[in-house]
Amino acid sequence: MSCDCCGKKEKALEKLMKLEPKKTTELVAFIDSLPLGNDIDANRGCLIETLHRAQTIFGYLPAEVQQLVSERLKITRSEIYGVISFYSYFTDKPIGRHKINVCCGTACFVKGATRIVDEFKSKLGIKEGETTPDKKFFLGVLRCVGACSLAPVVMVDDHVYGKVTPEMVSTILADYQD
Amino acid sequence: MTMVNLKINDMPVSVPEGTTILDAARTLGIKIPTLCHIKMDCLGVEHKAGSCRICVVEIANRPNLAPSCCTPVAEGMVVKTNSLRAISARRTVLGLLLSNHPKDCLICAMNQQCELQSLAHEFDMHEIKYQGAQTEFPIDISSGAIRRDLNKCVMCRRCETACNVVQTVGVLSGINRGFEATVGPEELKPLLETSCTFCGQCVLACPVGALTEIGYKDDVWREINDPTKHVVVQTAPSVRVALGEEFDMPAGSITTGKMVAALRRLGFAKVFDTDFSADLTIMEEGTELINRIKTGKNLPILTSCCPGWVNFFEHQFPELMHMPSTAKSPQQMFGSIAKSYYAEKVGVKPKDLIVVSIMPCLAKKYEAARPEFAPDGVRDVDYVLSTRELAAMIKEAGVMFSALKDEEYDNPLGESTGAGVIFGASGGVLEAALRTANDILSGKDIKDIDFVAIRGLEGIKEATVQVGGMDLQVAVCSGLGNARKLLTKIRNGEAKYHAIEIMACPGGCINGGGQPYTGSNLKTLEERKNAIYQVDKNLPIRKSHQNPSIIKLYNDYLGEPGSQLAHKLLHTHYFAR
Ligand code: SF4
Ligand code: SF4
Ligand code: SF4
Ligand code: FES
Ligand code: FES
Repeated sequence: MSCDCCGKKEKALEKLMKLEPKKTTELVAFIDSLPLGNDIDANRGCLIETLHRAQTIFGYLPAEVQQLVSERLKITRSEIYGVISFYSYFTDKPIGRHKINVCCGTACFVKGATRIVDEFKSKLGIKEGETTPDKKFFLGVLRCVGACSLAPVVMVDDHVYGKVTPEMVSTILADYQD
Repeated sequence: MTMVNLKINDMPVSVPEGTTILDAARTLGIKIPTLCHIKMDCLGVEHKAGSCRICVVEIANRPNLAPSCCTPVAEGMVVKTNSLRAISARRTVLGLLLSNHPKDCLICAMNQQCELQSLAHEFDMHEIKYQGAQTEFPIDISSGAIRRDLNKCVMCRRCETACNVVQTVGVLSGINRGFEATVGPEELKPLLETSCTFCGQCVLACPVGALTEIGYKDDVWREINDPTKHVVVQTAPSVRVALGEEFDMPAGSITTGKMVAALRRLGFAKVFDTDFSADLTIMEEGTELINRIKTGKNLPILTSCCPGWVNFFEHQFPELMHMPSTAKSPQQMFGSIAKSYYAEKVGVKPKDLIVVSIMPCLAKKYEAARPEFAPDGVRDVDYVLSTRELAAMIKEAGVMFSALKDEEYDNPLGESTGAGVIFGASGGVLEAALRTANDILSGKDIKDIDFVAIRGLEGIKEATVQVGGMDLQVAVCSGLGNARKLLTKIRNGEAKYHAIEIMACPGGCINGGGQPYTGSNLKTLEERKNAIYQVDKNLPIRKSHQNPSIIKLYNDYLGEPGSQLAHKLLHTHYFAR
């Protein structure tokens, strides 16, 4: 006697197909082009590449995408999350329309970049690597962006702000009233 | 075998190629401290993360100190394990570990069993030079079985090996980096939201108090002291052969009588035995086995008494969910019989009858809390304590365990057979079922009842056994990694069996997540296993269907095995997760 009152949990693929059919098809096509097999160690070789592509397609790596990659590459969800949480490049949170990146390279750090980060955090009410609930701003930190003479440096999308002080933070944010 | 010659602390030594410096030093009676490294002998795995660096030694002509646990010896190598440089490096490593450690040893569940604490003691550390920030992870008690306090984690990653390599459940992984780095499920989800089986093998592997069990001692003390409650206790088969270790008795000591006496001293109204309900399990599961063999339908039958294994197939093999027997585990059978048959007999309302189990197991804590085992909101099993928690209660109550005189279980739920007790070791459930099936199918009282081919600690055992004049293909596996291998074969139609026993813990419940810590010592496990079969051998009745109290239970109450009432009380169903 077995129970049939409850079906098997919905597969990540079905769920994603409903939410983002186009993006999902693109990702699946990419994964299908990989030389995957039953050898998990070999599949691991394709993991970074797959996550990279998935993030390019989806903009971030939501749980369902991680689950799909996990099923296809036969790598556990926890391991995939381990990789995502290790590399600052990857994010499992949706990215806001405007990406604020505070440089925390040596020069900027010395000139007080952490105070700038703190100011953004308190103004936006989010932590590094997070996006505001209205999806407007993403806050991140970067290593040296190559503009040390302007330290501390803040980049919003492609725009560079130099010699930033905590007081300037609200004026920077005000530039993005869309 | 090629031998390699080297010198350690000026002493020459010759060891086989591939030996680590750590092991080579041991042959000379030199102990190098370790933390992340562990040989899980009973699991056949050596965990060499090489991450903690507490085991560093100095090698002549090498600029850097080397971690001895994962550095192989080389011809002509000259090693110093206790040079000033090596010793101070180790002290620095330990100091750094301690700087971000809570240091609340006095009130930690691992007090006096923690490997970090022992290192601090062995290193004679009296001050912490580095004052660092403390990580602040929330404590996870979602499962009701396993407590995760990652603030105590030393990142040895032994739990990952236990979960991912041995059990192949794959819930734990190194996540985040830098100061935030830790080990856990994705997004640091509570364990309850993952596919964790609560087998507790990670708890056994953890050297510190980061992974421990969730305890219910205080609740049990309260119930025992509540005059409106009738509190009974059941003891799982494998507890009696491991409990003694907590009282400095040698591994494999059989402490059944002392345990019963101790439980009475703690104040339980009746001391009963899970071995009784193990016999009952055989009546129900054995009947199912016989029916499936006779009809040739839905084979193989898989055992269902291990809740870790049940969790595993619900998560990982939902398409095979028709195969496991529908019989409840002995723990749950005991609970439902206690709250029906026994409660009626003694005239106590089920809600005033408190059933406590002493289990080798953490998954049983989760099992007992499943909603399907609480008819009308009254749980069949109210509290589950591990072997370790029972030992702690006995110590707290000031009962001098080793001095106790043996006492007998109460009746009727305390009478059991040799078939019941062997449930505690891998292979025992199947052997018990075969003993009964053999008699029933042949209509005789067969004397040759030792199915030795399916005993032992090997991960997968296969045999062809003669039962009722038929050749049955059977398999026994313990450890979920082994279960996965076997199930994958079955799913792909590559293997045909009549019956398979599966236990989540390698070696069976004698190696359960709630048993005394052994440091993964194979010898201790062997002793526990031998003790189980010794208890079986010493018992006058060794077949479940000959247990007089079981016969009476069917005659007076249940009717036949598989009857409607038996189904209601003794069977369950499973959920794909
Ligand atoms: S209890 Fe078992 S399944 Fe759960 S995390 Fe620990 S080892 Fe893995
Ligand atoms: S939880 Fe325990 S076993 Fe796992 S990495 Fe941390 S200290 Fe090691
Ligand atoms: S083998 Fe025994 S101790 Fe381990 S999970 Fe199963 S029932 Fe519990
Ligand atoms: S350190 Fe910030 S731009 Fe170089
Ligand atoms: S014990 Fe060797 S590196 Fe941890």
